[in-house]
Amino acid sequence: MPVQETNHISYQRSFYIEGGNFNYAGIVSTSIKSILKQMDFPSNVVRKCSIVCYESEINVVSYARKGVVNLTINSNTIQIEVIDEGPGIPNIDLAMQEGYSTATQKIREMGFGAGMGLHNIESYSDAFIISSELGKGTRLLMTINIKQ
Amino acid sequence: MKLRDVKEILDADVIVGEDKLDMEVNTAFGADLMSDVLSFAKSGSILLTGLTNDQVIRTADILDIAAIVLVRGKRANADTINLAKELKIPILSTKYILFETAGRLYAKGMVGCVEKVDNASARN
Repeated sequence: MPVQETNHISYQRSFYIEGGNFNYAGIVSTSIKSILKQMDFPSNVVRKCSIVCYESEINVVSYARKGVVNLTINSNTIQIEVIDEGPGIPNIDLAMQEGYSTATQKIREMGFGAGMGLHNIESYSDAFIISSELGKGTRLLMTINIKQ
Repeated sequence: MKLRDVKEILDADVIVGEDKLDMEVNTAFGADLMSDVLSFAKSGSILLTGLTNDQVIRTADILDIAAIVLVRGKRANADTINLAKELKIPILSTKYILFETAGRLYAKGMVGCVEKVDNASARN
């Protein structure tokens, strides 16, 4: 019988995001990037994690009241879970479509809100799960494989 | 080419990163939409943009962009400049418009970090 590969948790940390505060938008992603870089993960792994984290962080700041990012490093994967308290997404299929956006002028001034965010997150993740409840919030789970 | 050559070609002011002008830079991406930068820009490229807020610096940091060139004579505010200093990302400012900026660099041998977006490898 083959030995099953284990996927032990080796690092776990949570980061908090304040909704609506564009001054700090991206600060969590910068921290996570620097942690992963210090841990010597391959640059494309760091890049994928940083991008999915940053797009998610921008979404939380743009649409939600607050959010938390849970970074979990296992032996085979890096998981980034982003849970927000906010309005939720009424139609996930529509939100996932490239170009679909409900962004305000403020968000567009920041250089975002072109309806690329969720699409980018999905395309940079090796596995991506999204769930949302109207009036409660949205949860994203992005998994990046350490061996690309 | 070196970042110093970019500065010369664009008659640019160095806002941040006077000490990094010997850095080798050979590819570029130009956009004001940070979502597009995140989709297509490659690490080590320079970013040509007219957007001057913190998100440009954050986006550049996330992607390991070599340097930012602000076009159309744009200047960043003091907080944004401090963030760039903190994250060690050079900023140049040129009076040329985006089209001229790109054209002048291309004429001297710099190329786009991707040629066409229909190339699926852009995201890898």
